[in-house]
Amino acid sequence: MNLKPETFQRIDEVITHYPVKRSATLPLLHLIQEDAGYISEDAILWIASKLELQPINVLEVVTFYPMFRRAPIGRRHIKVCRTLSCALLGGYKTCETFQEEFKTTLGATSPCGEVTVDFVECLASCGTAPVVLIDEVLHEKVDAAKARQISAQIRSEAAARK
Amino acid sequence: MPAPAQSRVIFQHIDEPGYTNDLACYVRHGGYEVLKKSITRPPADLIEEVKKSGLRGRGGAGFPCGVKWSLVDRKSGKPIYLIVNADESEPGTFKDRYIMHQDPHQLIEGTILSCFANNVKQAYIYIRGEMPEGARILEKAIAEARAANFAGPNILGSGYSCEIYVHRGAGAYICGEETGLIESLEGKRANPRIKPPYFPAVLGLYQCPTIVNNVETMCHVKVIADLGGEAYAKTGTPGNTGTRIFCVSGHVQRPGYYEFPAGTITMGQLLNEVCGGPLPGRTFKAVIPGGSSAKVLRFGERYKGKRKVGADMVDYDWGVEDVPMDFDCLAMIGSMGGSGGVIVMDDSVNMVEALANINAFYQHESCGQCTPCREGSLWMKKISSRMVHGQARKEDAALLKSVADQIPGRTICAFGEACSWPTQSFLIKFKDEFETYAEVKKTLPADRLALV
Repeated sequence: MNLKPETFQRIDEVITHYPVKRSATLPLLHLIQEDAGYISEDAILWIASKLELQPINVLEVVTFYPMFRRAPIGRRHIKVCRTLSCALLGGYKTCETFQEEFKTTLGATSPCGEVTVDFVECLASCGTAPVVLIDEVLHEKVDAAKARQISAQIRSEAAARK
Repeated sequence: MPAPAQSRVIFQHIDEPGYTNDLACYVRHGGYEVLKKSITRPPADLIEEVKKSGLRGRGGAGFPCGVKWSLVDRKSGKPIYLIVNADESEPGTFKDRYIMHQDPHQLIEGTILSCFANNVKQAYIYIRGEMPEGARILEKAIAEARAANFAGPNILGSGYSCEIYVHRGAGAYICGEETGLIESLEGKRANPRIKPPYFPAVLGLYQCPTIVNNVETMCHVKVIADLGGEAYAKTGTPGNTGTRIFCVSGHVQRPGYYEFPAGTITMGQLLNEVCGGPLPGRTFKAVIPGGSSAKVLRFGERYKGKRKVGADMVDYDWGVEDVPMDFDCLAMIGSMGGSGGVIVMDDSVNMVEALANINAFYQHESCGQCTPCREGSLWMKKISSRMVHGQARKEDAALLKSVADQIPGRTICAFGEACSWPTQSFLIKFKDEFETYAEVKKTLPADRLALV
């Protein structure tokens, strides 16, 4: 596995949190996905051997939990809440706006490679609907106008990197 | 009658200017004093106080916390685990988020107290995957508490040791179900376990006795350890003690979180006075009182019956606005207080479309191990989505109801109930809208707010 030394360190540390190694399956998947961007075949085999499991034990976990992905995505991950409280205040419009702004479709990566837009279920911030989780930051009361504003910000950050 | 004043106990410091989530700030506000005075008491005393307090779990079921603790098998010789359920996922619920992000030490103090009472040496906080920032804040707070000897080995010189670890979920609602959560913590798919005969209190995490409590419940334990069970029980009403946090979302002027003594506020006071009423030019149409799986209430309907008040049986005749917001009254009128997530819909909402949104949620979140739930939630979603996006038929109403009626009671966990209650209640209370949807749809503007 090609991971940052820091990730390996954190992996070894987190395994000690549990009396049974298998419990570290989710933490390891998170750490590897954060480092590598997605869960590859190699990652599954590596985790299985690290935790003394069969690869199927890891694969079945990867396919069960919505947050784990088997393929790379855009540089930024825009997750728009789809559930009722957000939908009642325009969540679908917000999601549509992000897709228009980045000329992409739901679940696909934008042609520029910068973002992947997804719908997710309730993000537990219903009082400030509609909400959007971008990477690890929660954005609140994101109507279409604010979605356009956030999109412009993402584009300018991308431009600054080049 | 005017609404009672808010009484912020658990949310005392939430949104307070200058209040930060670090240890120094918590200690400046009296933090860990309760732990200091409690750790010298016999642990059994604390369990007794919690029993006396009448505290009911704040995760959704409202099960008495003291009873839950007394069911723990303490003779097995195996370690006892405590898991804080921080998987806050029931749509409409957003209270634990603020506790964890803004006042994490309150949760940690309550957790250590609960662990001490139950002789737990290792606890986990299972936080949902979508709160990475919350997980980092908690990890930092635990490290601070450990460095100050409020957690970890030999806490405050008492000889008692307890470690807390944060464990992140990964986007699955079913992990809020306590046995699904335990499976997930064991590194597996979160398929809930069959119970009875064995409950987590006897065979839980790693087949050891396990307590699973909600974040807010842990914070209440701290208040109880401070005041004593009897004093705590003076807040609220008999059977619904302490304060209750309501999370109001949807079509009101001031959505948000509000904390009141339990059982002292009615739905009408909460929505009209506290939350400022409906949006301009709108009227309330429906409200889901306890997270999206709770049965919907229709404004204009009446609830009649007899109920116990003190020692007497009295008649009640309530509209939605008159219903006291406590576990028992909401159960009496056929819904539930659940997690305190109140979702409000006004007259702009088409109920078929709202249900289609809810059904899509439950279909996505069914773990898939029981056929009635896996297939039932899928078909309820397919039918309601087709009604909205494709062809709607008059007989769809009866078809939806019949699918929903075949799920509850036939599944391993309560998800079967949770996914069928919305459809059942929407179909009973808004039957007309479902039967006429095919016609009505033609008159709805094409650019209306999409709900599904």
